[in-house]
Amino acid sequence: MRKLLLGTAALLALSGPLAHAQVKIGVAGPLTGPNAAFGTQLKVGADQAVADLNKAGGVLGQQIQEIAVDDACDPKQAVSVANTLVTDGVVMVDGHFCSASSIPASKVYTENGILEISPASTNPAYTDNGSPFIFRTCGRDDQQGKVAAEYIYKHFPKAHVAVLDDNSTYGKGIADQVRANLAKLGFKVAYNASYTAGEKDYSALISRLKEEGITLVYIGGYYSDIGLITRQGAAQGFTPQYFAEDAVVTPALWQIAGSTAEGMLMTFPPPAEKDPAAAKVVAELKAANQDPSGYVLYSYATIQVWAEAATKAGTTDPTKVAAELKSGGPWNTVLGPISFDAKGDVVNAAYAIYRWHDGNYAVYAMKP
Amino acid sequence: MAYALQQLINGLTLGMIYGLIAVGYTMVYGIIGMINFAHGDVFMIGAFVGIIVLTALTGITSVPLGLLAAFLLAAVFCGVYGFAIERVAYRPLRGSFRLAPLISAIGMSILLENYVQVSQGALERAIPNLIPGGFTLMDENGFVVQLSWMQISIVVVTLIVLAVFTYIVTKTPLGRAMRAVEQDAKMAALLGIDTNRTITLTFIIGSCLAAFAGVMFLLYYGVIDFYIGFNAGIKAFTAAVLGGIGSLPGAVLGGLLIGLIEAFWSGYATVAYKDVAVYSILAIVLMFMPSGLLGRHEVEKV
Repeated sequence: MRKLLLGTAALLALSGPLAHAQVKIGVAGPLTGPNAAFGTQLKVGADQAVADLNKAGGVLGQQIQEIAVDDACDPKQAVSVANTLVTDGVVMVDGHFCSASSIPASKVYTENGILEISPASTNPAYTDNGSPFIFRTCGRDDQQGKVAAEYIYKHFPKAHVAVLDDNSTYGKGIADQVRANLAKLGFKVAYNASYTAGEKDYSALISRLKEEGITLVYIGGYYSDIGLITRQGAAQGFTPQYFAEDAVVTPALWQIAGSTAEGMLMTFPPPAEKDPAAAKVVAELKAANQDPSGYVLYSYATIQVWAEAATKAGTTDPTKVAAELKSGGPWNTVLGPISFDAKGDVVNAAYAIYRWHDGNYAVYAMKP
Repeated sequence: MAYALQQLINGLTLGMIYGLIAVGYTMVYGIIGMINFAHGDVFMIGAFVGIIVLTALTGITSVPLGLLAAFLLAAVFCGVYGFAIERVAYRPLRGSFRLAPLISAIGMSILLENYVQVSQGALERAIPNLIPGGFTLMDENGFVVQLSWMQISIVVVTLIVLAVFTYIVTKTPLGRAMRAVEQDAKMAALLGIDTNRTITLTFIIGSCLAAFAGVMFLLYYGVIDFYIGFNAGIKAFTAAVLGGIGSLPGAVLGGLLIGLIEAFWSGYATVAYKDVAVYSILAIVLMFMPSGLLGRHEVEKV
């Protein structure tokens, strides 16, 4: 038996160099579950980036092999798929989506010396741990929450504001930022509440908001719950100004909410699709019948920065690429040039205000 | 006052849906003493059949006809599922030790969830509100109490379904057979009752109830995914236990109580801890009434 194993191992070792040299990268996001629309965005962007890079000869002459895994935005599953990716021998992970997944998974990647670059996790704690392997290509909730709070303060000074969150790492994180920033501005929030993500019945909460005389509802949560809230609100004749964040940036919101989401405001980084660097990629995606909105281009850019840094460093060794990502740059991406600070956050990340109208979202104000 | 009334309406509607699912749990438990954990997933399949039928029929027939078709087809499909689940997962284990069918049921539940996820996709599916509108019940200092047609239909449909079902259990030969099997399966078999057939029919009827609940859930909330069976199933199971598992009126009472606790707790205390409130009350009730509100003590016959 032992001989057989040794023989097989020897055979495998011999057959190695004959195959095409490949470098493996992981893509981790919620491919199933209530946030599956975002998992799809991540995967579409990554697929396109890998295809484009491989067409151009790969990274350092090696073809890229993409391994997609599903964390369902569940912290336990995130750790388990992170370990799978480690076993598979990936050098870099594009993901995860939800902060509640990215943060626990980042410990696994850090321990094993693998790069994690999240295109979408905005919770500050994600990069605040000081791990050299952790990056993100999106902004932070302390930036996003500040923009939302300032917008509310300037444009809705007389509103009775309720700030809701879904008790998730991300939702509560961003809502707390909004609460803190509103408090700093001397703005009084009339009502605060947390609901449980994945709840289907919000009628009691809506009656409560009605009773409190709320005219503006800020929600830190994901699109599936927010869509149900606006829908059930309309059924009770409750139509306040809704204000949400980057977790409603998908047409799936409108599929659930329909016209009840009309006029909803949200914060999201300034549009990337219009960026000249992005035009070619957007055209390719549209030709393949894929929607380039939301986090698709962020996922694309995540793989781009990694490929550029690896090329510049002359190796795919994560430690060296991580150092290169911070010291080199700015990196040219479909989002425009990106540089990273010492924590692994994007330098000068900005947020704009978008407004939902008739099934689409568009920039409403570039600044609060 | 107006606010309390609105919360009462919210709670009653939610409670009716819980109650309808809970009846399915309680029925199966009553007859074979087993918790059918796949019941929540049959409910989910009912909702999916409903959305497929309604999407296919949109624009072809009028809304009432479409709804009727959705209810009927969902009931037929779920009946077949109930039949198949009982045959495949439970009947071979009936003589086995007590935990075997329970584990088989959990396996069935996971199987159904994954089957729907693979065949229907992981994304949420939504339909527009098919029974829009309602009327204003009262207007007190600007607080408008809305009662939607949807909420009225949920209560009415649930009551009709439960009335028909109670009639079946109490007045028909099938119901008599069911009660006999429930009391003593071996003795019932000795007296000429086809226990296998009775148990199969119980599963089919229970699954039809789950189908009705699924379609109503779809109509009321408008959004479903392959995972809805889990949460709804847990709450309905809690309702069945609270009301006294094995007791039909108990299941409805349990459902209504949980719906009302959730609504009033969210309305007057904090939204975040409503599940804590539900389960605390469950624990307190079980401490003083271990067989639930309307449950009977098992009398050991010697």
